[in-house]
Amino acid sequence: MKWEVVIGLEVHVQLSTVSKIFSGASTAFGAEPNTQACNVDLAYPGVLPVLNEAAVDKAIHLGLALGAKINQKNVFARKNYFYPDLPKGYQISQMDLPVVEGGQIAILVGDEEKIIRVTRAHMEEDAGKSLHEDFHGLSGIDLNRAGTPLLEIVSEPDMRSVDEAVAYAKALYTLVTWLGICDGNMQEGSFRMDVNVSVRPQGQEAFGTRREIKNLNSFRFLEQAAKYEIQWQIDTLEEGGKIQQATVLFDPDTGETRMMRSKEDAHDYRYFPDPDLLPVRISDAWIARAQSEMPELPGQMKARFAAEYGLSAYDAALLTASLAQARYFEAAAKASGQGKLVANWINGDIAARLNRDGGDILACPISPERLAGLVARIADNTLSSKLAKQVFEALWESDLSADAIIERDGLKQVSDVGAIEKMVEEAIAANPKAVEEFRSGKEKALNALAGQVMKASKGKANPAQVLEILKNKLAG
Amino acid sequence: MINATLKALSQQLAAGAVSSEELARHYLDRIDALNPVLNAFITVDRDKTLLDARAADARRAAGNAGPLTGVPLAHKDLFCQQGWKTSCGSRMLDNFVSPYDAHVVEQCKAAGMVTLGRTNMDEFAMGSSNENSWYGPVKNPWDIQAIPGGSSGGSAAAVAARLTPVATATDTGGSIRQPASHCGVTGLKPTYGVVSRYGMVAFASSLDQGGMMAQTAEDCALMLNVMAGFDKRDSTSVERAAEDYARDLTRPLAGLKVGLPREYFAEGLSPEVARVVETAVAALKKQGAAVVDVSLPNTALSIPSYYVIAPAEASSNLSRYDGVRYGHRAAGYTDLIDMYEKTRAEGFGAEVKRRIMVGTYVLSHGYYDAYYIKAQKIRRLIANDFVEAFKSCDVILGPVAPTAAFDLGSMNNDPVEMYLSDIYTLSVNLAGLPGMSVPAGFAANGRPIGLQLIGNYFGEARLLNVAHQFQLATDWHTRAPAL
Repeated sequence: MKWEVVIGLEVHVQLSTVSKIFSGASTAFGAEPNTQACNVDLAYPGVLPVLNEAAVDKAIHLGLALGAKINQKNVFARKNYFYPDLPKGYQISQMDLPVVEGGQIAILVGDEEKIIRVTRAHMEEDAGKSLHEDFHGLSGIDLNRAGTPLLEIVSEPDMRSVDEAVAYAKALYTLVTWLGICDGNMQEGSFRMDVNVSVRPQGQEAFGTRREIKNLNSFRFLEQAAKYEIQWQIDTLEEGGKIQQATVLFDPDTGETRMMRSKEDAHDYRYFPDPDLLPVRISDAWIARAQSEMPELPGQMKARFAAEYGLSAYDAALLTASLAQARYFEAAAKASGQGKLVANWINGDIAARLNRDGGDILACPISPERLAGLVARIADNTLSSKLAKQVFEALWESDLSADAIIERDGLKQVSDVGAIEKMVEEAIAANPKAVEEFRSGKEKALNALAGQVMKASKGKANPAQVLEILKNKLAG
Repeated sequence: MINATLKALSQQLAAGAVSSEELARHYLDRIDALNPVLNAFITVDRDKTLLDARAADARRAAGNAGPLTGVPLAHKDLFCQQGWKTSCGSRMLDNFVSPYDAHVVEQCKAAGMVTLGRTNMDEFAMGSSNENSWYGPVKNPWDIQAIPGGSSGGSAAAVAARLTPVATATDTGGSIRQPASHCGVTGLKPTYGVVSRYGMVAFASSLDQGGMMAQTAEDCALMLNVMAGFDKRDSTSVERAAEDYARDLTRPLAGLKVGLPREYFAEGLSPEVARVVETAVAALKKQGAAVVDVSLPNTALSIPSYYVIAPAEASSNLSRYDGVRYGHRAAGYTDLIDMYEKTRAEGFGAEVKRRIMVGTYVLSHGYYDAYYIKAQKIRRLIANDFVEAFKSCDVILGPVAPTAAFDLGSMNNDPVEMYLSDIYTLSVNLAGLPGMSVPAGFAANGRPIGLQLIGNYFGEARLLNVAHQFQLATDWHTRAPAL
């Protein structure tokens, strides 16, 4: 049987506010346990939450970027359950009236663009952390993270492959970091994904029963976990089994998913509006201000790059994978006037180098201005592509400009017609056999002669000019 | 000095007729003598109190005294106070010493007031008789066979027995007005949002409001001036210009329109309470007030609505008492769930458990709409009733409770009967209005009966004005129990 995969994502994005969503404690990562937990975070008797408006502001920015509806009245609700790292015995979240509803995001898989719909995004507070090691059979609780603002972004079940799911997650990641509402530090848990996976026979309309893989903090784990889960579900169904709705965990060590709790064990969270917090009111002016602060978005910039610089959709998409990369590209493209060439360098040699070293564009030792200097010399034929690679190497290792390197290493391409003519004449004189062959119809002989000229010029002669002059001389 | 009001003590301190330390010693001695019988205080700490008192005297000597500097008071044991046990009348918090001050405590400290101790209460403010305290019931100073009312029974008894000139209290469904009525003292529950709830241990967040009890309406006005005010740490605190709540005290009552809700004088009201209220109405009329018939048609629905909303919020508010970070934790347990269950089973009393269960039930999947949502809709109807009624009157007047204080232990097996006795107080909390209880007479058995005055939103000054004028014309508030 042919199976169709259906995937939806719930992504917890940590909003990059200075203080927590309902208290004044710092959100900085990595402090000594429980040193960034104030009376409110510890849920002492009598303490009350006060909303940090910076979190709302960031949520509005995301809503606008997704083309979503901003609920100008949205409501915090209590999600009640007991766990030691949840100090109040409830999490303040949003249920019936989230801050953001609807919206969409475009993803590119291969050459195909696809729209993924967003259901909603709601604000909530993070829980603390339970530490099960180092306590001799006891558990430790670190409440530094308790109260850190999160935006949970829920997609529709619109994805039909693991590739689409990864592309969606990456597009969302690009967007939240682009907007500056999330620091994007996945190791520290700033972007955590829950993936709902189901399969159904190709052509069937009704969804299959889904299982939710919780808390994935890398795109690689997302891919591995979803692939494993899909295969497990298909195998189970093909062996005549049934899928039970469940929450599962992914174990990166084994690459397998395992059941955490079934639907029967699901909590009744007893949501109700939090009486300690008034409904959040978002004025037209607030939305207008956020709108005026919106940067050009990745999708818009991608389209503009393609149109303005004559780039393929694929190249434009790569360049807009992050705001830093897009800014780098545009600075180099403007400085050199050579968008296409700049794109090729960034998506080619630079990407390969950075990939090898595991860094992003911010780690690139060549500034956009120096890259522009290199590209300008390629465009004006000062450098052949071979010489250009040589200059690129030198740019990576030093902080000299391309011109300075060309000067220092004498790498200028020779385009002086007189000098090339002289070398061509010498080559013709020295290789009568090749000349004979060419004249008798062997086109390949021309390449041999051109190679001799290039060799004589130590690779610096302009190859196109060499060929042209050679043809003229041989014809004459 | 025993019967001195807050106002009088303030004047005596200003005149140098008495020092704060002398006052503190006087009240501490009286507490030592009478508290073993009344059980009005959970915690008294002579050293701390005297330290505060000497600081107040020093402040006065330095010329920085305010009107209430050096005046002693007692705090209901649910206002967090740094360095003091804040138990909420619960075994759960028997070992909890607060690391911080509630807004109300801060305000009182800033005014230079001196804490005498912490008053007894129904556990987590749940109760109408003060029999639900882990520290045992408070006795009514007028008759130690009688309940003092609840949940602020300790505060009411302490003021009635002149163990303190004033006490803070809270009112979620009548917890200031009803014990004030039963103990013959004056109590005020302000408009929801006037007094910050920061540091006030939550029972039902949308209903809880801090207030006070004293001998007179004038004293309540002076205290409200200290306690009220916007506090950004409480999102439900109302941001308004500061006001002097004593400004209208002397205003004559001529032209005042007093609304009598016909539903408050129907079946269930004891004849002697009815008679006391009628006598009070007559006194107000004599002072120039006019009486208007008004209707609060949804009054009867306040009981089911309140007993859904309050337990729902409480079930969630009390989840934090899990034995993990502070408070009681069971001595032995096998795993996490066992720790939670034993801790909460031991830490909470029967009434608290009952309300947690009711609250958990009404919020449960499948029942939420039928109970919680429905109750919220009724709540809106009840508030609208008041809006309508206040179109034709300035204050609403009625009984506080259907009867005078009942006997200790007489309703122990019938929680619903006890809930029904809250009929005249609950709607005020559901609507968020200010309300008072003012001493207005006695039952045949000598137990006090109060008069309820309900004001419009933020109408505290007018309410206090009416109560003060009533107290100028009557002497019920000056009566003290023989002890």
